[in-house]
This record gives sequence, structure tokens and C-alpha cells, in this order.
Amino acid sequence: MSEAPGACAPPLLPEAWTLRSRRDDTADTFTLVLERDGGTAFRFAPGQFNMLYAPGVGEMAISISGDPADGTTLTHTIRAVGAGTRALRQRVPGTQIGLRGPFGTGWPMARAVERHVVLVAGGIGLAPLRPAVLALAAAAEARAAAGLTTALYCGARTPADLLYADELAAWARLPGFSVRVTVDQAGADWQGSVGLVTGLMKALPGDPARTLAMTCGPEVMMRVVATRLVTLGLDESSIHLSAERNMKCAVGSCGHCQYGPLFVCRDGPVLPYPRLAPLLRVREI
Amino acid sequence: MEDLGRLIKTHPFFADLAPDHLQLVVGCATNRRLGAGQMLFQEGASADHFFLLREGRVALELNVPQRGPFVFETIDDDEVLGWSWLMPPYRWHFDARAITPLRYFAFDAKCLRGKMEADHELGYALMQHFLPVIVDRLQATRVRMLDLFGATPGAGPGHV
Repeated sequence: MSEAPGACAPPLLPEAWTLRSRRDDTADTFTLVLERDGGTAFRFAPGQFNMLYAPGVGEMAISISGDPADGTTLTHTIRAVGAGTRALRQRVPGTQIGLRGPFGTGWPMARAVERHVVLVAGGIGLAPLRPAVLALAAAAEARAAAGLTTALYCGARTPADLLYADELAAWARLPGFSVRVTVDQAGADWQGSVGLVTGLMKALPGDPARTLAMTCGPEVMMRVVATRLVTLGLDESSIHLSAERNMKCAVGSCGHCQYGPLFVCRDGPVLPYPRLAPLLRVREI
Repeated sequence: MEDLGRLIKTHPFFADLAPDHLQLVVGCATNRRLGAGQMLFQEGASADHFFLLREGRVALELNVPQRGPFVFETIDDDEVLGWSWLMPPYRWHFDARAITPLRYFAFDAKCLRGKMEADHELGYALMQHFLPVIVDRLQATRVRMLDLFGATPGAGPGHV
């Protein structure tokens, strides 16, 4: 499983990519599949992000949510929350989008290979975790044969806000995989769980010394998840979070994403919990 | 009764209860089943039991006018359901509906309250079991009140 590659083109110069398809996932979330002009391969590590440029509107940092083994297309699942993301949603297949990347640190996939893995996603936070899940899914049989498990816990606002519902069901059928989903609120027709995602986390899947956790979602959720994992016996150094800050240059120059001593675009977004924990408790940063 | 005690001891909620306390608790317990869709209790009714779920899922819900039942929490197997029996006025605050077929232990509240009043050590032991559950659910509710997944700043990673 690959480590984080850096941007291959000049890092501040967007490259034109062609939008191959666009799909609405939920009421406010959509997925773009992009193809590089000329078909040159693009390599990234799960957890990394790209800067996507909506022509004439602006540029924004978007995590890569596609399969890291697919070197020909790039997939981004995006929540339409501002002018830039709404403009991206309105792009039609065949048109071009500017792209810089990949940037930042990835999930610790090399360490994950030989460990039980716990993945905890909240809302759109499942998108940056999806490449890690896909990489683990590709290795599911070998991992299961080695006695290794993969536990994915997902929280969403409502059942209609759940991302990748079909894939969640497919992943749950993989050897060694378990997938648990919960929502904050639901109607009487929902047969699944309702509650905070930590309510699903009753125990670690195996020996804590051989377990690794990755979590992505709202910062408060990640703090609660990390606390739960530690309570269940996981060492803090085995927990990895994807940090959230407003990124602009993506190369650690502009300072927009500075978080204490860290530049999230360069030192993150994926960071070990012991590095982030002292900062998460500081209101002023 | 001996079999029931052995079964109740296998439930995580009472797994570490002292044997003499377990014996007192088992004296107030029955082993029950309920079909999917049936109500376990309803808002306003007397909270005359609490429940340990062995298998199945229960929806805690409020009926919202012109909107219908609103599920705000589910309780699954190996979990405890109900604490309104502990405090006056001993009335349920919400509805509880079986989403799936249920197997559960029901504990007679009046019977247990009497034993707790007569044996404060039992009362203390039971409170030690219930309080962490109550606190855990309160903390989870507080976090959920933030509507973290809503479209507000800080609602999700800015890089997605």
C-alpha cells in the first residue's frame, strides 16, 4: 500500500482535467469523476487531497475519495456548501476543471497492512476514508486469512444523508469486514441504529497492540471517537485523525491553514492523535 | 430461577454484579419475547419495569404532530433500556417500539425498588450500574445536539 506521493506538476499551477461523470449522492453531496487529458497516470495515497478549481469562481481543497489503485481517473465526493463547491456541482460532463495535487499526508496504510483496522467516519468524513477502505477491501481475503479484521463505523445526520450506501453493504460482506451505521435522527421506517457513532463501538476488534484506528469527520466527533478508542484500550499513537482547516496554497506557504505549529496542508491533513490532541483543546487556534 | 439467574449473569450489564445482589435482582425478573412492531412501553404510562435486551433492537421515539414517530435513539442487544423506574413519578417519557423481534429480561420495578430500599448496598450497586449508562447517553446526546453533520462551519472536514 502506497505512501503519500507529492504533487507531480508545478504545485501552484492547475492542470486541466476533464469531467467524465457527475453523480448526486445525497441532497447536498455529489461525486465527480475526472480524467486527465492525455491519460497520464496519477498516483495518490489514501487520505491526500487535491485543489480543485471551478473556472471563474475559485479553488478549494477536496479530499480524494476514489480507488488508489485506479491510476486513470480521480474521484472526489464533495459537499456543496459554498460558491465554489456549488459551481463544481453545476459542471457538466465533458467540461474541464482545474486541478493541483495530490497534497498532504495520507492514512498510515503501510502500518495498517499488518494490523486490525478501525475506521470511524462521520458525515462527509467517509469520503476521505473511502480510498483506505478500498485498499483494505482489495486485500480483504489475505487480511482475513491472517486473522486481521476491519471494522468500519459510520455516522450520518439521517438515513438519506448516508454516503455510498450500496458500497457499505458490499464491504460488510467482505471476509474480516464489519460495517456498522448509525444516524442522528430517523423516521419510523428506519430499521438501523440511531445514536452517536461511539455508541456502536463496544470493543476493539482485536489485540490493541495490533490495532490501528483512522477517523474523519467533524472535529468534535473525532475528539469523542479518540476518547472512546483510548477508553477501549487503544494507544493514542495508534489513532490517526484527518484535520480540518481552511487551505489555500496547499504547499505550506500562505499560512491559511496554520494550526499552532502545524500547516494542515503540508503536515496533515492526516495526523497522529498525540500530535493533534494538545491543539484540539486550545480554543484560540 | 437458577437458570434465569445464570442467563441474567451472562448479560454484560449484570456480569459483574455480586452473587447475593444478583439473587435479589433475579427474584424480580422474567424472561420475555416481543414481536417486531409491538410497543414495549408508551409515553406517560407507568414505568413499572426496566429491560435488558438479549437480542433485537428497540426504537425510542416521540410522536411529533403532523410528522409522525421520530426515532431519536435505538437500543440494541446486550444493552439496558429504561431508567424512569428509578425516579418519581415513575412514568415513561417516550415510546419504545420493537424494530426487530426481541428477547429480553424484564425486571419488576416495584419489586426492585422495595429491595433497594431494604438493602441500600443493593441500591448502591444498582446505581453504580445505571449511572454510567445514563451519563454515557447524556454525553452522547449533548454531542448530537450540536448537529455536527449539518451544513454549518466546522460541520465536516474543510478539505472535502
